[in-house]
Amino acid sequence: MTEFQTFSKMKELMTAYYFEAKTTKEKPIAWITSGAPVEFLFAMDIIPIYPENYAAMCAANHQSVELMEAAEAQGFSQDICAYARTDFGADILQGGPVGGLPAPHFLLCSTNICKTVIKWYEVIARKYDVPLFIVDTPFVHDGLTDDLLEYTVAQFKDLEQFLARITGRPFDHEHLAEVLRLSQEAAAYWKKILFLARTVPTPINSLDSFIHLGPIVTLRGTQGCVDYYRALYEEVAGRAENKIPSVPGERYRVLWDNLPVWFKMRRLENFFQERKCALVVTTYANSWGGLSNYEDEEMADPYRLLAASYLNVYINYGFEERIRYLSGLMDEFSLTGFIMHSNRSCKPYSVGMYRLQEELSQRTGRPGVVIEADQNDPRVYSDAQIEARLDAFIESMEAAS
Amino acid sequence: MRFWGGIDVGSLSADAVIIDEEGRLLGHAILPTGRDSREAGSRAYAGALEAAGLTPGDVVRVYSTGYSRARVREAEGAKTEIACHARGAHALYPDVGTIIDIGGQDSKAIQVGKGGRVLNFVMNDKCAAGTGRFLEVMAGALETPLDHLDELAAQSTETLTISSICTVFAESEVVSLISQGKKPADIAMAVSRAIARRTVGLATRVGVSGRVVMTGGVAKNRAVVDLLAEILGAPVDVPDEPQIVGALGAALFARDERG
Repeated sequence: MTEFQTFSKMKELMTAYYFEAKTTKEKPIAWITSGAPVEFLFAMDIIPIYPENYAAMCAANHQSVELMEAAEAQGFSQDICAYARTDFGADILQGGPVGGLPAPHFLLCSTNICKTVIKWYEVIARKYDVPLFIVDTPFVHDGLTDDLLEYTVAQFKDLEQFLARITGRPFDHEHLAEVLRLSQEAAAYWKKILFLARTVPTPINSLDSFIHLGPIVTLRGTQGCVDYYRALYEEVAGRAENKIPSVPGERYRVLWDNLPVWFKMRRLENFFQERKCALVVTTYANSWGGLSNYEDEEMADPYRLLAASYLNVYINYGFEERIRYLSGLMDEFSLTGFIMHSNRSCKPYSVGMYRLQEELSQRTGRPGVVIEADQNDPRVYSDAQIEARLDAFIESMEAAS
Repeated sequence: MRFWGGIDVGSLSADAVIIDEEGRLLGHAILPTGRDSREAGSRAYAGALEAAGLTPGDVVRVYSTGYSRARVREAEGAKTEIACHARGAHALYPDVGTIIDIGGQDSKAIQVGKGGRVLNFVMNDKCAAGTGRFLEVMAGALETPLDHLDELAAQSTETLTISSICTVFAESEVVSLISQGKKPADIAMAVSRAIARRTVGLATRVGVSGRVVMTGGVAKNRAVVDLLAEILGAPVDVPDEPQIVGALGAALFARDERG
């Protein structure tokens, strides 16, 4: 990874977060999906725990296979999401980098990232015998409508009542406003950092942004998160100004679509470095910049703002919108090509991908490749096969340049 | 005279060629890769040199390709199979538009533009169904040498279907067809049709246009080639030695590098 000094601060931040979650006696614990409105939890001093983040950590630490096998031994199919299987296994074995997650008092999930989370969280709810609150965020086929916003806002109001019942305290609206401000501020810094990658050569690559995702996923809505991304922003901006490249000799600038392959970060980094290919922008890391997109007055109502942000998630969009968005990124970041990770685990992210590749290549005139892999399961990954495809893709960028 | 070499070390075979300034083929060799791919590349290269009546000192430069391209001792540069098959096929058929290459564990369809440039390509997904290994396993189940599978299929009189995509399950389908007393010729035909249909799916995805050329070891199987042409509704050309097209492309890249 690019050596950012700020990186050590992230480690401190994440360690402190997991330490508090594992040791707290006062604060309630809620397990939550990556795309759920965590602001409501922080407003009530509830600690959010992200099984998805933990699953990624397990895979990056090369611990996911053992955990998935434990889940599969209990009957979970190999065809379900590898994050879900890794987490079920981590729960069964109390395994992974922090020895399992602290038991939840309740669960909060949102369907904007996939529908698997409904069944996944039902399993956890049964096991721990705790309540589950589902925020149903409908698929956005053709742009946001008032109906979609109102339907989602109504659920936020229910969520407030649910949280008041769980904690035995009235919902703290003042604190919510403060949390929301912090969340927006962190999202704005995150987005600014990612947009520094428009610089040629880019001062930060996408493998860096995958690694630096931790706080924006788990701690958005806290001051620590804002401070961290402000510091990272300043560091990356300094590098941009001084034209310090994250990939020395940058020759190709590429978009990565879908999740990272967490267990191959190092190998892929070396692979791309050697070929002077910088992964510049990803639809995945961009997903956490959404809250900062609405600063205008039309979104003065915080509930509508939150509803819009949590509905407006890349994988909650229809095909046309995805194409428009991807084509925009290709130009805005001066890209020479794109890589689409057809991710066995993440069906809503991968469905239609070959069509998307064709269409995007046609519209932009730039080459793209689809690789078949998985975010968390090394057993369905082949180095030679993937690298042959990536090499051929890089050759086609070379021929086009 | 100056000469160049190309070595293609794949999962099943190691192929090498020697060419001259005009790109004419002077010698080639095809050997099984076996367990030591580096050694296999060297032996294939030595074989090609011998066939051309040359020594290593006569050769200006060697390029490698194939899965083990980075492990080839003699190579000064490497290119992927995609680029090399396009380059090699274009040299043999200047009007080639589509290449279908079925190798040991990969199958691919390549759309070729002017000068042998790769416009687009599609490869099989991570499953190796529909590749050379698939045919090899089925030939084993039929107790027929791989290179006789098409002769066997030519005697087919009844249409059978192998429905499973998975090599392992398809093998058990073959075994159960044998135990039902079905004729090996009909089973061989069914196996060939299964691989052809899967390949057509791949080729259609990349778009079939212009002259269609098939390369790779499976192109030696007449039954598969004929079925491909039949399902595609277009003639499919096969070079005299389809297995060395990748190595030929590598040698041409080696020749075209300056210096």
